[in-house]
Amino acid sequence: MTHPLLSQLSTRVKAKAHSATSACPCGATGTATATLADRPDATVVRHAGTVAKAHAPDTTHADLTPRLTTASRLPGILLPPLAPTPADLHGRLVTFWPYGTPVDPENPDAAPWEEAATLLARLHRAPAPTTPLPPMRGPVKAALAVTRLRMTAAHHPATGPVLRAWSTLPAWARAEAPMPDATTLCHGDLHLGQLVRHPAPDGPWLLIDVDDLGVGVPAWDLARPAAWFACGLLTPDEWTRFLTAYRAAGGPAVPADGDPWPALDTPARALTVQTAARSIAKAVAADRALDEVEREMVDACERMGCAPPESEQGFPK
Amino acid sequence: MQCPKCHAPMHTYNRNGVQIEQCSGCRGIFLDYGELEALTRLESQWGGGPAVPPPPAAPQYPAAPGAHAAPAWGAPQGGHYGHQGHQGHHRNKGFGRMLFSS
Repeated sequence: MTHPLLSQLSTRVKAKAHSATSACPCGATGTATATLADRPDATVVRHAGTVAKAHAPDTTHADLTPRLTTASRLPGILLPPLAPTPADLHGRLVTFWPYGTPVDPENPDAAPWEEAATLLARLHRAPAPTTPLPPMRGPVKAALAVTRLRMTAAHHPATGPVLRAWSTLPAWARAEAPMPDATTLCHGDLHLGQLVRHPAPDGPWLLIDVDDLGVGVPAWDLARPAAWFACGLLTPDEWTRFLTAYRAAGGPAVPADGDPWPALDTPARALTVQTAARSIAKAVAADRALDEVEREMVDACERMGCAPPESEQGFPK
Repeated sequence: MQCPKCHAPMHTYNRNGVQIEQCSGCRGIFLDYGELEALTRLESQWGGGPAVPPPPAAPQYPAAPGAHAAPAWGAPQGGHYGHQGHQGHHRNKGFGRMLFSS
């Protein structure tokens, strides 16, 4: 289904892809422009080696530009943008990127856990940006998912346990107070779709998507794999590989040895709540039951009621 | 019997001939006198062989302070008793989708 934004974005990505060289990079026969994502919060298209992203409608220049600047200043960690500032396309901000090869969604067993962890550790150790950077958006996104759950699925039987688990979290994790760390650079939305190899197809792995990038609590970036492990989606082996690589690279989010969970518990709970909330809202919108994995997330929220949150006291920042 | 911690009902499982009670709420485990020793004995008999089959239980947090420690709210198959069999089951379905989305 083509809508005006998608077709205009496709025109722009084609123009951008062809601007770098007089020869058409897509070859004599011409390459189709592919839609990589088309969601309310982002539309992403690709033409040859160029990708264009239309950001969420509420994204502002003031927030996005310093995030783009950060990406261009951390080569080897974040994929650098093709242009330093966003373009305007009928009220939506658009950014251009080189294409990178993503993790194969059909083969998550081949996920680069060590590389992901090493990139995060390097990001977290990067010097605080000199230009003011907004806070990492992880807690805000969790809060948005919970708000949407309240508005769209208030009477679903799984909603109660998820809201109860949410209510036990500290204010900062619910975006109701500033995060206890305002200097560490964080990605803010790590998952397997946020890694690409550039140059494609076998260059080094890099992090993509600067929308949630900012300063905050770095454990948030480890917390989604941590939550997946806790909920049985990751094997102990995969989790250990990830955590070990993060520590080996000197990542500051968890102590260098010993128990990492006092630092991970709060963000891992928050991300489990976020995932459960999104799952319920999606299931209600599609008028379907929760699948087994979604149910697992809700069950974890239910169990949080029995297990008080871990204290982070005594953990050196 | 009722869980002494969260008062949810506890269910009995037979593990290699040893009866253990697990809470249906917080997944805590109750062992009768001598049952821990019986389990340890059984485990040592497997030494060097294949891993002991997983109990339907997560360890009570904090069970082990290493990387494999898992929070008490985790899934029964999570933590250091997680095993490939169950995980593979998840991977067939919504697993992949979940690892690739916010």
